[in-house]
Amino acid sequence: MSTGAVLAAGRSSRAQAGAFVGTSTLTWFTLRLDRVRILVWALVLGALPASFLPALEDLMPTQEDRQLRAELIRSPAAVVMSGPGYGLDDYTYGAMVANEIGLLAMVAAAIMSILLVVRHTRTEEETGRAELVRANVVGPRAGLTAALASAVVANLAVGLLLAAGLTAGGLGAVDSLSFGAGVAAVGLVFAGVAALTAQLSEHARASTGLAMAFLGVSFALRAVGDVTELESGSPLTWLSPLGWAQATRAFVDLRWWPLALCLGLAVLTTALAFLLLGRRDVGAGLVRPRPGRAAGHPLLAGPFALTFRLHRGGLTAWVVAVLLAGLAFGSLTDSVTEALVDNELLARTIVTGDGGDLVDGFLAAMIEYLALAVGAYAVSSVLRLRAEETSGRLEPLLSAPVSRWRWLGAGLAVAVLNCAVLLVMAGVGTGVSSAAATGDGGLVLVSLGASLAFLPAVLLVTGVAVLLLGLAPKALGLAWLVVVYALLVGLLGPLLDLPPAAADLSPFSHVPALPAVELTPAPLVWLTGLALVSLLAGMAGFRRRDVPA
Amino acid sequence: MTAAIDIHRLSKSFGSVPALDELEMTVRPGEVAGFLGPNGAGKSTTIRVLLGLLRADSGRVRVLGADPWADAVELHRRIAYVPGDVNLWPGLTGGEAIDLFCRLRGGVDPRRRAALVERFELDPTKKGRTYSKGNRQKVALVAALASDAELLVLDEPTSGLDPLMEAVFQQCVAEAKAEGRTVLLSSHILAEVEKLCDTVTIIRAGRTVQSGTLAELRHLTRTSITVSTERDGASVAGLAGVHDLRERSGALVFDVDDDDLAGVMRHLADLGIRSLVSSPPSLEELFMRHYGDESALTGGGRR
Repeated sequence: MSTGAVLAAGRSSRAQAGAFVGTSTLTWFTLRLDRVRILVWALVLGALPASFLPALEDLMPTQEDRQLRAELIRSPAAVVMSGPGYGLDDYTYGAMVANEIGLLAMVAAAIMSILLVVRHTRTEEETGRAELVRANVVGPRAGLTAALASAVVANLAVGLLLAAGLTAGGLGAVDSLSFGAGVAAVGLVFAGVAALTAQLSEHARASTGLAMAFLGVSFALRAVGDVTELESGSPLTWLSPLGWAQATRAFVDLRWWPLALCLGLAVLTTALAFLLLGRRDVGAGLVRPRPGRAAGHPLLAGPFALTFRLHRGGLTAWVVAVLLAGLAFGSLTDSVTEALVDNELLARTIVTGDGGDLVDGFLAAMIEYLALAVGAYAVSSVLRLRAEETSGRLEPLLSAPVSRWRWLGAGLAVAVLNCAVLLVMAGVGTGVSSAAATGDGGLVLVSLGASLAFLPAVLLVTGVAVLLLGLAPKALGLAWLVVVYALLVGLLGPLLDLPPAAADLSPFSHVPALPAVELTPAPLVWLTGLALVSLLAGMAGFRRRDVPA
Repeated sequence: MTAAIDIHRLSKSFGSVPALDELEMTVRPGEVAGFLGPNGAGKSTTIRVLLGLLRADSGRVRVLGADPWADAVELHRRIAYVPGDVNLWPGLTGGEAIDLFCRLRGGVDPRRRAALVERFELDPTKKGRTYSKGNRQKVALVAALASDAELLVLDEPTSGLDPLMEAVFQQCVAEAKAEGRTVLLSSHILAEVEKLCDTVTIIRAGRTVQSGTLAELRHLTRTSITVSTERDGASVAGLAGVHDLRERSGALVFDVDDDDLAGVMRHLADLGIRSLVSSPPSLEELFMRHYGDESALTGGGRR
């Protein structure tokens, strides 16, 4: 049982006896349903950092190599995606793991926890399965408690595997344990956050989105905080749960107390979730649904308008998120210039791009990160089209005089259009705030161009997803692999010194890193060509197959 | 005259699981055709083939004279469909969904739409997620009935409706028939089929087991008789066409082939009838005889 549940139970004497009846049965059931998922997450996540250790020892055998790496990782572009940089002055393998891989593991644990908790709370209510369960001898708090208990189990598994793997890899046992504990603690925070957001909205999608937004804000706070002040005391970093977990200084100068902040927030969010749970009906959110239009808007007359309408809410949230992230990243350009003055080695070696201006290199890296997020949006857009099919909503549409070309074409047009909008937002956000930070107004157009150069790569990601939708719809989830792979190449590629062929598998690594390098149109042309071919092949496959399949 | 629906030796399987096995069905224009079968018999699969959603493995399928797979879009201008399990967009109101469907078909007469919304007592301002199953079905029914479609394909359209709404639905189907439209009505509510349909096709495990007009099918059934007589009725057992003779609280209960009904009645009259209850041959009995002890009718769910 989660700490929060215990707390809530102890505190509230008014709670009827039996509010938790059935919790243990439901917990076992939840763990059974998710046994494969939890196992895969725990194994992949738990083994990931340890599996890098041999590569690190191979690539950087001497202290001198490691110090060179430390200087590289001081660059703001690297700090945004890594951490506060404890131990950069004496960069050991342990410090390297904590600084450069810790954040990735924490974000992954947070996403795992959010998906797990929402899946077993709001999704169950939305589908009506919770009603079926609650009609049995099951207390009102049992469902949420079981979901949280499962999240605790999953995060413990991740934490322990991490600690065991790193210890086995030759790092100190206590520090390895603190690293695992930090990742698990972040997971617990976001399990609590998801438990809370699951009470707010009637929809699992909105609950997940809200919790992810919280994760995004936590990430941005620590990114800006860390860039402003390395090895930090920056207040912004201390506002973020991710910042707390990184503040344990694992493998450098270990302290445990920042983890208490994580646990405190986990308990607080959980308690709030139980409080709200006791005040609402099963299936209802806190916001009451209002009546809507009795007749359709005159423009709601075809598949394009329908898809656009269905994507509208999600697009708005993404526009806000990408714009804010761009503004935050761009505002750091100022610190880049400062770092340039402070650090001669850094000025000579640039993470992205070979030579050229450091600001340009920084902007190019930031824009690539945002473009990767837009790639994730592209995959989720195609998944939503598939959801229309599996939910049975597509059949009545295709039973009207609407061809499959028209329906899928409209859906893809909306998806690509939205991706373009998001790329524009990423470019404008980054450009405007970097222009404001440096006083160089030209950066707005430069950033916009650099961002739009990623459209062919995003298009290719969409194409791969559509190919799966048309030819192997049950395997559509594999489309995520493209994005995850591109993300790993983008984040860890420079660290691991990947062979060029492995990096070339990511569509994003072919996009010229504007503005750090010259624009070479050839890759953009063939990326677009490949994308169009896969889009058309996927559409042709969709036209020939059964619906639903 | 071309048949509205013409299916000949239609087969379809999903992987290694056969769903339809040389199915036969013919529906003439202007007819209300019942489509009966237990859950899992292949009704919804057949309907999806008729709509060009699934591709037939083999066999000939013609809808309004056209190939439903190749000519789907043109054909769908003349067809309206109500799925058995209506799923609406959670964020769109019922009214918006109705208008979307109608506009996809090329517009709607607003008076007709309003009249149907009123007859089905539907609140069109509610969001899709807040509707009950019956209300979602009403949304699909209003959209289909408001159209000018020549062929209405209705897949268990009343499974979520209350008896009052069922009556409204039956009126609407009767009106559609009066306007000369063709209706394919899949159902396992036999009373509804008996009330509405001119012809019936009964399928089982993907094969057609019986088809014809209701009168033809009734001919195949037996009348069941419960009678108490003044004199001992044991002699009834020896009569031609009498089946399943048994005694229940002093009365004789048995089934009679319709052809032998007259002879049996004369014999009973000679024995001196004190009371007699006869249940007309029903589709239900026919159905039960085809599916026997499978208890197919009591199973929940659709298909």
